[in-house]
Formats: sequence, C-alpha cells, structure tokens
Amino acid sequence: MIEDTIAKEMLKPHRSESVEEPNSEIKLSRRTFVQMLGTGLLITVTQGVSLGQQRSRSGQSITVAARLHLNEDGTITVMTGKVEEGQGPRAQLTQAAAEELRVTVDRIHLVMADTALVPDDGITAGSRTTPSTVPAVRQGAATARELLTRLAAEQWKVDSSALNVHNGTITNRTTKKTITYADLAKSKDVAGAFKQTIPSDVTVTPVNQWEALGTSVPRPNSRDIVTGAHHYPSDIVRPNMLYGKILRPPSYGATLESIELSEAKAMKDVVVVRDGQFVGCAAPSSFRAAAALEAVAKTASWKTVPSTSLGTGPHPSSREIFSHLKKNARLGGRTTPSTRGSVDKALAEASKVLIETYEVAYIQHTPMEPRAAVAEWTDGKLTVWTGIDWPQRAQRDLAQTFQIPAERVRAIVPDMGGGFGGKHSGEAAEEAARLAKAAGRPVAVHWTRAEEFTWAYFRPAAVIECKGGLDANGSLIAWDFTNINAGGAAIDTPYNIANTKILSAGSDSPLRQGAYRCLAATANNFARESFMDELAAAAGTDPLAFRLAHLDNPRIRTVLETVAGHFDWPARRKKVTPELGVGLACGTEKNSVVAACVEVGIDRKKGEIKVHQVCEAFECGPIQNPANLLSQVQGCIIMGLGAALREEMQFEDGKILNASFAGYLVPRFEDVPKIDVHLLNKTDIPSAGGGETPIIAIAPAIANAVFAATGVRIRSMPIRDGRLKQS
Amino acid sequence: MHIGPVNLWFDGGSIMDVTVTLTVNGIERTITTHPARPLLDVLREELHLTGAKYGCGEGRCGACTVLMDGRQTLSCVTPVAMADKKTITTIEGLARGDSLHPVQQAFLDEGAIQCGYCTPGMILSTVALLKNSPQPTDEQITEWMNGNICRCNGYTKILNAIRRAATQITEVKIS
Repeated sequence: MIEDTIAKEMLKPHRSESVEEPNSEIKLSRRTFVQMLGTGLLITVTQGVSLGQQRSRSGQSITVAARLHLNEDGTITVMTGKVEEGQGPRAQLTQAAAEELRVTVDRIHLVMADTALVPDDGITAGSRTTPSTVPAVRQGAATARELLTRLAAEQWKVDSSALNVHNGTITNRTTKKTITYADLAKSKDVAGAFKQTIPSDVTVTPVNQWEALGTSVPRPNSRDIVTGAHHYPSDIVRPNMLYGKILRPPSYGATLESIELSEAKAMKDVVVVRDGQFVGCAAPSSFRAAAALEAVAKTASWKTVPSTSLGTGPHPSSREIFSHLKKNARLGGRTTPSTRGSVDKALAEASKVLIETYEVAYIQHTPMEPRAAVAEWTDGKLTVWTGIDWPQRAQRDLAQTFQIPAERVRAIVPDMGGGFGGKHSGEAAEEAARLAKAAGRPVAVHWTRAEEFTWAYFRPAAVIECKGGLDANGSLIAWDFTNINAGGAAIDTPYNIANTKILSAGSDSPLRQGAYRCLAATANNFARESFMDELAAAAGTDPLAFRLAHLDNPRIRTVLETVAGHFDWPARRKKVTPELGVGLACGTEKNSVVAACVEVGIDRKKGEIKVHQVCEAFECGPIQNPANLLSQVQGCIIMGLGAALREEMQFEDGKILNASFAGYLVPRFEDVPKIDVHLLNKTDIPSAGGGETPIIAIAPAIANAVFAATGVRIRSMPIRDGRLKQS
Repeated sequence: MHIGPVNLWFDGGSIMDVTVTLTVNGIERTITTHPARPLLDVLREELHLTGAKYGCGEGRCGACTVLMDGRQTLSCVTPVAMADKKTITTIEGLARGDSLHPVQQAFLDEGAIQCGYCTPGMILSTVALLKNSPQPTDEQITEWMNGNICRCNGYTKILNAIRRAATQITEVKIS
C-alpha cells in the first residue's frame, strides 16, 4: 500500500555524504512556548522531546497541537520546520494540510522555520520535504480532521461514520445538521483533543481523490514578492539596529597575529569587537561599518601559511587540484566499495576495455541572497533571523557557541533568497550574535558576494576513474567506478552489469565543501553517462539503444523512451554535423528518474559550445504541484548548463581568484535554450522530491552531444577543450 | 562632476557628508550622508525600502535595479550624490494602491517566481524595457534583461511573464 511505503520511507535516515547532514526528521524542544500567531490567537504548544536527547525520526512523537492550530475564524495555522527558499514547500505543505483537513488552501496559514513555534522537521535538504514532511503534515491534518469529526459526533451523539467533512464543514448525512471548524474552535474540547499524539497509521487521502494536492497552487506569499513587501533575512530591520562587517583573513588558513582597533573605536557610534581570531565592526550603516573595518584591517598582521586541511602540504591551486585529490585519495569513513561478480576477471576476459578518468571542478551555489542574519539579545535570550536550511541547527549551534541553554535561543528563517544546498551552515547568525552581544543592540550581518564566494562552501571537486569491459557482442560485462572526493550520491549504476566494483573514496579537499543540488550525483552521473556513451561508441551501438539494452529499471526506461520520442532522437542523430550535435543522458537519484536529449551548436572558430535545445522527461511519482515542479525542472536544466559549460572555482595560494560574477559565470538570459519538459505523473508509487534530480542529466548529455558532433570526448566539467577550436 | 566607483570613495572620513534630496515613490526625502554611499544602502538602511536587493555590489546581477527618472538603474553602484534631485521608483512604489502594475501582475500570472529575490529587479528592468520597446522581440528582451541574474534559473517563466506583460500593456493602451 502506498501509505505504508510512505511511512517506511519516513523512517529511513536520509542520505548523507561529504557534508554532515544529521538525519533527524522530527525533534522537539522541551519547553512550552506561548506565542501569538497569525490570527492573533494565543496558542500553547506543549512539546515533548528535549534537545540533545534521542530524536524521533517520524511524526509519531508530536502532538496534533504541535503541528497545527484551529483558529476561531475557521482558518488553520500549520507549523513546520521546513524552510522556503524558492523550491516550493510553502505551497506544497499548505496543499498537504488543506487536502487532509478538507478545506481550500486559502484557509491554511503556514508558519515555517521558527524554533519558538514549529516542530523540528529536519534540515531542508535532500529532496526530503516531499517524502517526509508532506506525509507528516498530512498525518497531522488527517488526525485533526478525525478528532474534529469525533467531537461533532459526540455533540450529536452519533457515530463518526455518519458524518461527512467538506470545506471545513462537518455534515450529518442523515439529519443534514452542520457544524463548522470555526464553531468547533470555540469549544474547549479542541485543545484537549489536540493534545493527542499523531498516530503513524492514520489514513490519508489516496492520490485519485486528491483535490488540493496535484494542483498548481501558487506560492501563497507571491504577491508580497512582486510588491517587495516580503522581508528576506537580509531585509529584517530591528529598532536601534546596527550593521556589522567581519574581518576576513587574506587567505585560507591565515591567522591573525596582531591588530590595532583604536582608530575604529574612536569613530562615532562604532562598536569594534575582537575575540581571538574574530574581529568585527558594527555601525549605524553598513557603509560606516565597512569604513571602520577598513581602518582596522589595514593594521592587521597575518600569518599566512595556506595549507590543506590534512596538513599534507601547501594549498594546491585549481590547476593542480585533480592530481592533489588523486594523490591523497583514501577510503572514505562512511563508504566501502560495493562489488558484484568479479570485475578483474571480467575485464581480463573482455573483448574491449576502456579506462578513462573524469574531472569535475569545485563550483558554488551562489544563491542570489548571500548569507545574512540579524541578532538581538534581550534579557540573556538571543533571537536571530537568518537564512539557513535548518533553524534548529542555528539554535543548537548558537546555544553551544554562547554557552546558553537552547531554550534561550530562537532562530527564525524568513523565506530566503535561494540555497541549492549551500545554506546548511549558519555563520552569519553567529557573527551577528557576537557583535550584538558586544554592542548591546541588534546587529545585522550581510555577507558580500565576495564573502559568499570565499567563505561559504563549495560543491566538491571530483576525480572519477572508470573502467568498462565489453564482450564480443558489445555487451557491457565489467564496470569499475571510483569517485575520489565528491561523495556517493547516485554512484551506483542503474545499468544491468554482471561485474561491478563501485567506490566513493575520500580525499584531502583544500576547499571547504558540502552539499549542492543533488550532491555528488552531478559528478557521478556526468562521468557514468559520458562513459556509457564512450562504451556505446566502442561497441558501435547507438547511445540510446546501448542504454536500453542494459537497462531493466522500468521507470528510467520510460523517461528515456519518452524523451527520445519527443526529441525525435533517431532522425536528429542522423542530422549531426561537425557543428551540430545531439546527445542524451539519463539517471536516477532520490527516488526519481530523469532523461534528457540536447542539441548543441559548436562554433569551431571560437571553440565555443552553445546549447540550442534541452528536452527532458522527469518522473517523481504522483505530482503534487505541477506548476512548481515545472519551475524546478526548468531551473535545474538551466542551472545545470552553468555547471556544465562555465562554472568553476579558481584558486591559488589559499585565495579564491574569481569571487565575483565577473569571473564566475552563471547562466543568464542569453544562455537560455529552447526547453521542452515532459513531466510524467506516476500515481502508483509515493511522491518523491523533484528539485534536484532533474539537474543530473544535463552535463553528460551536453558532453555526449559535443562528442557526436566533433569526435572530441571531453572528460571534464566544465566541458571545455582547446581541441574544439579549429583555426 | 564625475563620480567614480563607490569603492574609490573610502577615504577615512575626509570627505564631508552631503545633503541630497530624492523623490522616492512620490515622496520627497532629504538625507545627509556620505556622497559615495550607494543609493541601494540609502534606500534600504535609511528609508527602509528593502525591495531593492543586494546581490553583488558591483552592478553585475541586477537585483538592486530601481528606476531613476524612469531609467533602469543599478542602485548598488550609484553613489547617492548622483541621485540628488532625481525621482526614484522602487518595487514598493510600482503598484497603485491595491492594483498591481501590469508587469507585477504578469509575474504573478505566469508564476515567474521561485525564491523571488531577483524578482523586484526583474520587474523594474521589465518596466524600463517596455517603456523603451513596448513590443520587444525575444532578442530585445534577452539583450535588455541580460544583466539580471536569477540563480533559481527561472528564466523560462520570467520570459513568459515579460511577453505577457508586453501584450497586456499594449492592450491597455489600445483600449
């Protein structure tokens, strides 16, 4: 049964790899919070599990009251720890609650990511909102509906089964008597009933009866976005607030030896803080804070010994990064090679053996809104407004930093300006809190673009070593695949190969690295799908036919065949010229499947690749919000173009050399190709998240199209090669 | 007078503050501040109009776009002294009461919003575009809008919103 699968899925820890992503889905703080919510009602949320104690990973341990509140006007306030950063959970979780409460979405008021008000739904990452938080909200809402129905039944002294719920009104089918949620909200019984724990086995609405889910509900606060009324973390202003700037080292690993603060301290209304390596200035404007910081920065004396994290030598540059990673490759702590059959034997027996190495550069998420926070201390309690993927992490980290109980920290994440896996850490909040504590006033810290490019973290670089063996019939019989440094997401091959050895190895990363949209799947799928193309060519087989011949997974087959059909693959492949190529790739990750066909043009005089068209098919189970899913897939496609063709961190001597949109080239309007997206609605499995996997087919499809046109196989990402240029 | 890039104006306080008068969203505002301070900072920190966003601080992403005397202007690289006696429109000043500007409405209608952080800049750039070219070709749209970055990469729906806005503004004028 679908719902059983959903429940089991919720209990699984979510995938973690090179970035630490603790896998708690629900945990709660001990104290009782009393807060004013949207409609002005006083609500009391009694929460059960203390911080730092054992965490529940399902919705089982929270009460209905911790998840939602019934207001006297008949609206419902729903609470979630998830964060809106453009990927769409505000609409989707609103739909989830509306679906099970049998109300229209405009009756739901969703409170997100405020540690004083919401349960801990885990980090917003890993496409987990759809498989974990949507079911948790649905179960809470369905339980609430059942409890309300039961209260009505008790009032009327009938059995609940005699009642219908529609649009927030409970009707006795026999007597036609009605009572609304608004009526019930006035009764004292609701508060008592909502103290009940949400059971895990509550029945939720099956897909074929969905009314709110499955529709293109717009983001509920989108009007505030187009009018500028929405306040992002960097827009928060508190009374008497100062603006802070933080002193940054000149290179990674540099330590501050001495600094003179007096000139800045003499500036009017300027607060200067030094605490060990931390130096910051706060002033009534960011302009004056920057001037104060300039004054202290020019007196700073630094010990600059850039070295790698393992101390294996000087900090390598981006030019030598791949040899560095390879030299320092080691088995990762959480990964062991997985094997099937005997790869060595099969390679020895193979008719053809290919051995190739792929390289993937460090890139950055560069969300439009860099890290930002406002911190305010009141009576020893700290409140922060900040852009982070997990408010409870900010709360926990701040409590630890300032040695105060977590109950004295409140972290609020206003809907923020993008993340893409790049905002798992809360540096700005800590910096703001340090300055605010010293200043005795609220302080805002807004990172500059250069700070974000340098001091946030990066998608890992990778060296991926591939060996493949074909038998005399051109069938793939051996597959040996080792990713050094990037991680294990989507590292397992979906292809049917008798002998495989697959390994995710660690290394010594000179840059701070972490999650990115679909994690290492962007690297692993680039290498795998490029190498599959190489093997297809070696076998003398069409790339589509070669994949299908080795593919049992019916979901991947479906998206591959769908996209090939829409793209008219066989005919387009025949029209390939040295200046015009087509390529395809597919993949699976996070329980969703994707396939893409692309057409590229190659300017052989300039050696430049231009993507003309991307046709992509994607399937992630029952579609919960078609318009939002389309946005996510379109966004993944274009974001994928950037990483495929141009994006790359350049560094030397522990310094980032291209910490600007001038040197780090993200996609712009001129890069937008013709895009055809085909969303497949598969209703007999649970819904999976759709904001990540659609990115993983883009880069390999482009590399394969370039090869088809030019015969030049480019095994690096970004996909560039001097051989494309013919004078 | 020539005013160079903002970062050349860090001077240790030797330059005196100036008083500038701006008309922002129809309201005259007088501010005494450093002449090189970015217009973006003044709007956000003095006037608390936070609709214009910081994205890069060097005029390369368009998040800070406002209209100055009706022209598309990157407020993060515009020293406030250059805005003296100018009329500024920020995203907060675009709607007329409850009635959204057709470009705002088009972005809503097309769902051309993901995180929305670039949206104010996108909308104001579009307003300026349609003032110059009421019925732009796709090539004109791309060329004009190319300075505005959307990192959610929602360009496809933004393009649809711009095309829709062009149609609707034209229709309004005809009727």
